[in-house]
Amino acid sequence: MYQTNMYEGMLAETVAIRGAKGDAINAYYARPLGAGPFPGMVVIHHAPGWDEWYREATRKFAHHGYAAISPDLYCREGHGTPEDVGAKARAAGGVPDEQVVGDLEGAMRYLRSLPYIGKVGVFGTCSGGRNAFLMACRVKGFDAAVECWGGRVVMAKEELTPKQPVAPIDYTKDLSCPLLGLFGNDDKSPSPEQVNQHEAELKKHGKNYEFHRYDKAGHGFFYYDRTNYRQEQAVDGWKKIFAFLEKYLSAK
Amino acid sequence: MCTMIVNQALIQGSGKGTSGWFTVGQVNVSYDHPYHVPLEHALNIDFVNEAEGPGARVAVELTLDSARRLIETIQAVLARAEAGGYLNEEGIKG
Repeated sequence: MYQTNMYEGMLAETVAIRGAKGDAINAYYARPLGAGPFPGMVVIHHAPGWDEWYREATRKFAHHGYAAISPDLYCREGHGTPEDVGAKARAAGGVPDEQVVGDLEGAMRYLRSLPYIGKVGVFGTCSGGRNAFLMACRVKGFDAAVECWGGRVVMAKEELTPKQPVAPIDYTKDLSCPLLGLFGNDDKSPSPEQVNQHEAELKKHGKNYEFHRYDKAGHGFFYYDRTNYRQEQAVDGWKKIFAFLEKYLSAK
Repeated sequence: MCTMIVNQALIQGSGKGTSGWFTVGQVNVSYDHPYHVPLEHALNIDFVNEAEGPGARVAVELTLDSARRLIETIQAVLARAEAGGYLNEEGIKG
C-alpha cells in the first residue's frame, strides 16, 4: 500500500500493438516507473468507447502497481473524439467478438513480451466486463479476470448475431482463471436472474469465482460522471478488485 | 448495458456540426447508452456522413416521451405541409 514517504512515478502513453489479424491498433499503456517485475492488466473499455474514464482506470491500475494496457477496440472505425467513434461503433451494432478476442489477445501478448511483467489479469466494465469473461474463457494466458456488470454474457438465441454468434456463458467450461464478478441488483442487463444463471453455470463446472452483488446499485455504478454512480458501492467494489488481484497476481 | 438496438436509414439533407454545415447521408437511431443525457438508456439520433469520418455527426439524445413527441410533431408538420400542397414542390422529395 502507498505510504507518503514512498517514491512514486508512472509512465503513461499511447502505443501501437498488433491486434486481430495482425492489424496495428492503438492502446493506452500505463506502468509504474522502476525495474519491476509488475503484474500486468488488460483493461477493456466499455461500449461507449475508449474514453477518458478508461484512461483514468488504466492509470489507476498503474498507481496500484500494475502495468496496464487498454487497447482501442474501435480503432478500425476511424478516428475522432471517443464519443463520435463510439457512436459510429454503436450504429454498426458493435464490433465482432472474434475481432475483440484477437485485439485483447494481442494486448496480453504485448504485456507478456515485456521483460518486467509477472502474472497478467484482465478487467472490464459493461460490454468490457462481458469481454473480460469471454477472454478468460477463450484465450489461455490470464491469471485472473474481473468482470464488472457484464451484460449479454447470458443471451437468448434471438439475441445472437453474426457479430456475437455465441453467448459467453456457453464458454464457461473453458474458463481458465479465477473470476471476480461485481453486479448491481438494480441492473437490467445483467439482471439479477441473469447473474444467477451465470453463477449457476460457474458452479456447475466447478470454477473458482467470487461474485458480489450490490443493493441500491444499477448498471455502471463506478462511473462518477453518470447518474448511476454509487459512491459507497464503488469504493467497496474497487477494494474488492484490488484484494482479488493481490491474491491472484501477486508474485509472492 | 448496451442494448445493441439500432436501425440505420439513408437520408438526404444537411446538418450543422462542430465545424459548420455538412451533407448528411445517413441517420442512425438507437435505444442504448447515451453520452450526455442523464439516463441509462435513451433514444439516440445521429445524423452522419460516413464518408467524412466519425466527427461528421449531429447528435441528439432524447427521453422516451420526447422521442415520441418528436415523431408526432414531425408527422403533424408533414401532414400540414401536405394539406397545404407544399409537398409536391420540385426538389423536396428524396
